Amino acid sequence: MVSGAWWKRWLCLYLPLGAVVVLTLFPFYYMAVTAVRPDREMYIPWNRPNFAPFWTMHPTLEHFALLFEETLFARWLLNTLVISLGSTIISLFCGLLAAYALARLRFPGGGAMGTGIFVTYLVPQTLLFIPLGDVIRTFHLGDTPWALILTYPTFLIPFCTWLMMGYFRTIPRELEECAQIDGASRIQAMVRIVFPVAMPGILSAGIFAFTLSWNEFLYALVFLSSATQKTIPIGVVSELVRGDTFFWGPLMAGALLGSIPVAFIYSFFVEQYVSAMTGAVKG
Amino acid sequence: MSDRPFRTRGIAASIRRLRTARPSERREWLFALALLTPACVMLAVFVAYPFGRGIWLSFSDTLIGREGAFVGVSNFVKLWQDSIFQRTTQNTFIYTAIATVLKLALGMAVALMLNMLIGFKRLLRASMLLPWIIPTVLSTLAWKWMFDPTFSIVNWILYHLGFINVRVDWLGGPVAAMGSVILVNAWRGMPFFAITLLAGLQTINPDIHEAAAIDGASAWQRFWRVTWPLLMPVTMVVMLFSVIQTFADFQLVYILTGGGPANSTHLFATYAYQIGVQTGKLGEGAATSLAMFPFLFLVVVFQLWYVRRGEAR
Repeated sequence: MVSGAWWKRWLCLYLPLGAVVVLTLFPFYYMAVTAVRPDREMYIPWNRPNFAPFWTMHPTLEHFALLFEETLFARWLLNTLVISLGSTIISLFCGLLAAYALARLRFPGGGAMGTGIFVTYLVPQTLLFIPLGDVIRTFHLGDTPWALILTYPTFLIPFCTWLMMGYFRTIPRELEECAQIDGASRIQAMVRIVFPVAMPGILSAGIFAFTLSWNEFLYALVFLSSATQKTIPIGVVSELVRGDTFFWGPLMAGALLGSIPVAFIYSFFVEQYVSAMTGAVKG
Repeated sequence: MSDRPFRTRGIAASIRRLRTARPSERREWLFALALLTPACVMLAVFVAYPFGRGIWLSFSDTLIGREGAFVGVSNFVKLWQDSIFQRTTQNTFIYTAIATVLKLALGMAVALMLNMLIGFKRLLRASMLLPWIIPTVLSTLAWKWMFDPTFSIVNWILYHLGFINVRVDWLGGPVAAMGSVILVNAWRGMPFFAITLLAGLQTINPDIHEAAAIDGASAWQRFWRVTWPLLMPVTMVVMLFSVIQTFADFQLVYILTGGGPANSTHLFATYAYQIGVQTGKLGEGAATSLAMFPFLFLVVVFQLWYVRRGEAR
């Protein structure tokens, strides 16, 4: 506790925290302002007196219109959604089963397997993207959504497994033992008793995995090439930057629209995000 | 075993157990095997196999669309002598070191302040996490626009606050560009530190602090003697996660500078992309990204050791 005079509380707590919040949120505010600012107002050098960067008197939707009329933004949105959902479902399925086995069953090599999955979780995408691109070409998956739906699980499965292992350990064993005494098989006890109880954990893992795939950039950049296949981050970066020319209005409009779904989900599930984040660290 | 994820039995002991198992045990093993199969197949095909393939590529002169021949360590020798690669190595370590220290210091300060706050805690925590949640590429684009040489809002603000007289070209020079990239990395990564450290702080019993205060410890002493040591396990894990991600970072540099000006801000990943994807030299590109492996390996081994040590206690 910061004790003492009110000014001390302001100086050591409220002012610095306020500054931090302003600094963390400012880029998003600026993104939004730029997205609705007409071009003639935007491209005024910063040291001119009539440069009013923080607001605009003539908000416009022209950049959004351009995005939907002259680029394939709607298509990118759909692609991103399909890819994120597909890879999340695969990862949840694999991760859930693996986590149950690792957290609940006794079998030789289980500990080593848990360590192996944890290590995979730490492998960054940038270590493997070149050979993985090669593998994708070998399977003739390049430039299709499957290239991403099948490769995103490489970082999502370890994440989901790790998170769910932690969650399963908080569920008392007695629960399924009772079910088994009542005549349920091992599989029934798992599917009917343990999974429903673990629903909050599954939800955390799911929305987090969805967000991670929505945000992924490198694999999408390397594995996709035609404009109709792109996801939002790649589409925005590659189609709205021509050489050295950045179309800032549409770029920021696209960035805003690409961020809103994630921000929207996030606003509903803040607590799950925090628990997933801290859970993923503590294991 | 389930309570100690890192306890591994010897292989010989495992095989012995396979021989002497009862039927009910065997059923459980088969069940576990079935449950693990989907995950293991996915990871074998898309992680283990590419990793092996990457090692082969790095010892070959493969180009895109043309299978290469074994060329020994010549890709690595070439990298070793490449002045851009030397610069890249230096950049990556500087980037990782400065950004991690910044994130830790800022994240710790924010976590301590949030922990003292009485109202608005949830709201502040939620809004601070935004940079971490929003797609990195998209928020980095906003930064790129804020650093624009002609229309920079950052320049405008600093100019009107009286800090600068002439424009600063944030991404124009090697040092300024590196500094800007580090700044954006810290901006994006700080919330992760703050929120996890806050979660750690909330598990510390306030009575310990009170006792220390009664014994006459100042706030500064209480932080270094009580909070810091108790928080150490969380801090270590967060730092190691962050070090891995920062070291292997790609998106920030790709968007903000593209490795420029004059290849002065490349990290391993962006340089590997330039060689392996843009130029199509898969062999050399794979070698460049594998150059990250020794350091990452050390960090992971250290992390496993640290976690296991914590469990042994």
